[in-house]
This record gives sequence, structure tokens and C-alpha cells, in this order.
Amino acid sequence: MNYTLDFTPVIEGMPNLLTACLGTFMLAISGMLLATVIGIGGVVLRTSKIKLLRWLVIGFVELIRNTPFLVQIFFIYFALPLAGIRLDPTPTAIIALGINGGAYAIEIIRGGVQSISKGQMEAGLALGLHKAQVFRLIILKPALRAIFPSLTSQFVLLTLTTSIASAISAYELTSVSQRIESDSFRSFEVYFTVTAFYLVISWLMMRLFAFFSARYFAYPVK
Amino acid sequence: MGQDEFLFLLMGLKWTVALSVIGFVCGCVAGLGIALARTSGVPLVERITAGYIAIFQGTPLLMQLFVVYYGLALIGIKVDAWAAVSVGLTLHASAYLGEIWRGAIEAVPRGQTEASKALALGYVSRMKDVVLPQALRISLPATIGFLVQLIKGTSLASIVGFTELTRAGNIISNQIFQPLTVFGIVGILYFVMCCPLTIYGAHLERKFAASVR
Repeated sequence: MNYTLDFTPVIEGMPNLLTACLGTFMLAISGMLLATVIGIGGVVLRTSKIKLLRWLVIGFVELIRNTPFLVQIFFIYFALPLAGIRLDPTPTAIIALGINGGAYAIEIIRGGVQSISKGQMEAGLALGLHKAQVFRLIILKPALRAIFPSLTSQFVLLTLTTSIASAISAYELTSVSQRIESDSFRSFEVYFTVTAFYLVISWLMMRLFAFFSARYFAYPVK
Repeated sequence: MGQDEFLFLLMGLKWTVALSVIGFVCGCVAGLGIALARTSGVPLVERITAGYIAIFQGTPLLMQLFVVYYGLALIGIKVDAWAAVSVGLTLHASAYLGEIWRGAIEAVPRGQTEASKALALGYVSRMKDVVLPQALRISLPATIGFLVQLIKGTSLASIVGFTELTRAGNIISNQIFQPLTVFGIVGILYFVMCCPLTIYGAHLERKFAASVR
């Protein structure tokens, strides 16, 4: 054992690594927003009267949940240009993250919507609100509150998943660290530091979600 | 895509299965230790295992594989990529399974522990014969859910440079320039492995939920 740890390349690359953390945040937050949109849209379709739509959503959810993100991101990366959509790796990664997170979000949000008692829906309809209004004004917030813990832990997972976007060289922490690693060959030092960065990022995410939860969902239940 | 290419993918599939089995079996053994340490009642041990779990749940599996891969070489252990990945997956699985089983052990009613203490059962017998069998039952759906996650996680071994299913797909797709066909088939192969487990897990969950009522 005559290897000495040398963190010089890590320290020299620190500005790059810190900016890359912002890239990871950006990727994660855009992915979460897209996932939320897909999640809500998916739940609306999942409860539609048309059987085909319901089955399409179920098929989509199961397909995404039972295949690795790495395969999904490769597939999307190669499929988009064939569909005539030319995008840089980073937007492609956001789409892939959104689709992946969206599938999980559909399942979670569906559970939340089901947890709202049917009487709420009926009362809203009886008051003359449109179905969409009942969903937006009555069901959405308590449902969000019910699903917030599982949705946010899914979002922390999504944040960690952004590291896989390095496979298509999207701009985020892992791809930047891989560049520093291949320049300096200080593999362990680089990846060890970056792992610590991820720990801080996921901790910050959790604090952020806890703050939101305390801010928006701290109303009495009964 | 011809027969040879498909056979190459199946070779990769074999390694994906092997990695999943190694990671899951070793992870179960280590995870049981973590879960027991986490619920041991010794504050220092509980804090250390809580930290261990938090580190593995708060960092990407890809980074864990990198750190283990290069870390093993650093401390002078020269191992093949598959062994390094197995160690990485085992550590990863032990933390997640440890946390799942901690929850399950704590979900077993306290009266069970108290009753077995009153019957003068020792720690080993109390855990082995009373608490763990019930905890296992409670945790089964989540454990199967994690197994699916682990199978999908083995795909990251491809980034470390180990030829399992995803990397086999990469190689083939670079040879025949049909990435959509290749990754479509790779996706289907993963789906065929994971979907039955997902369905079984959901079935167990419904069954247990019904039996509680």
C-alpha cells in the first residue's frame, strides 16, 4: 500500500464542481416539475371513462417502473432525433427524468386522490361546481398533503437519478466529475468528494421539502 | 438484428441475473445485521447504522459503485469489475433492506417482545422465533419492491465497464446502428424479469392489507 491520496485536482476543479451542483439542481427541479405535470395528467386520464386511455396509462406506468432508467434514457436519446426532435443532452435528460418520475408520480397521486372520501366530490358537484373545479378546488390540496411524504421521497430519488444522465453527457455533477477524473486519474478522490456533494444535495432537498410541508400543509385536519 | 446479436444480449442477461442474485442474497445477510443493529437498543450502534443507512440512501448508486470500484483498488484489493460491482450492490442493498426491515421489526407489536421476555426467551430465540418471522411477513412487499429496484440498478454496472445486459445492448447498438430496436429489446428483457415480481409484490400487499382488516 504505497498510494497517497491527493486531493489537488479536486480542489482545483472545485469551482467547476460547484457550478455542476447547480446543473444537478436544475436538472432535478425541471424533472420534478415535468414529473408532476405528467403525474397529474396521468391520473386524470387514469380515471377517465374511456377504457383504452386507462389501459394506456397503466401500461405506461408499468413499463417505466419495470425497466432501468439507464435503458429509458438511451431509448429516448436515440428516439427523439428519429421523431424529428433535435435536442441537446441536457433537455433530453430532463424529458427522460420527467417521464420516469411521472410514472411513479401517477401511482402516488392516484393513491392520494383515492384517499379523499367520495362525499367531498359529491358535495362539490351538489354545489354546482364543474368536475374539473371540484378536482382543482376541493380534492387537490388535501390529496397533495396526503401524498407529500411519498412524493417528496420519490423526488429525492429522482435527484439521485440525475447522476445517470451523465451516460448521455448531460450537464450535471457526475459528468463534470468524470471529466476531472479522466484528466487527473485521481478517481477515488474525485468520486469520494462528489459522493459527499450528493449527500449534501439530497439533505438540502429533504430540508426544502420539510419547509414546504410545514408552510403549506400545516392546517388542522379536523 | 440477427440471432448472434440476440444471443449476445442473452449472455448479458445472464450476468444481470447473476449480479442481481449476488447483490440480493449478500445484501439480505448484511441487511439483516444492519436491521438488528439498528434496533439493538444500544444508542451508539443505532446511531452508526442510522448514519450508514442515511449515506447509502442519500447518494446515487452510480457514485457508490464508483467509490467502491476505485476504493477497493486503493486499499490494495485487486478485483475484477464484477466482484467490485457485487460488493457495491451488496452494500447498497444492505442499507436499503436494513431500513425496510427496521421498519418491519418496529411494526411488530411491542407485546410480542414483552411476552417473549416474560417467557424468559433469550435475544436470539426472541428474534428468530417470535419477532423476525412476523417482521418478514410485514416487510415482504417492500422487500420485493426493492429487489426490482436492485435488478434495475445492476444496469449501472455498465457505466463502470462491466458487460451485463445494458452494456451488451450498447455494444450491439454500436455494431448494427439500430439503437431503438436494441434498447427496445433490452427494455423488454428487463420488463420480463421485473414485472412478475412487481405483480407478485402488489398481490402480497393486497393480501396482507385484507388480512389486517
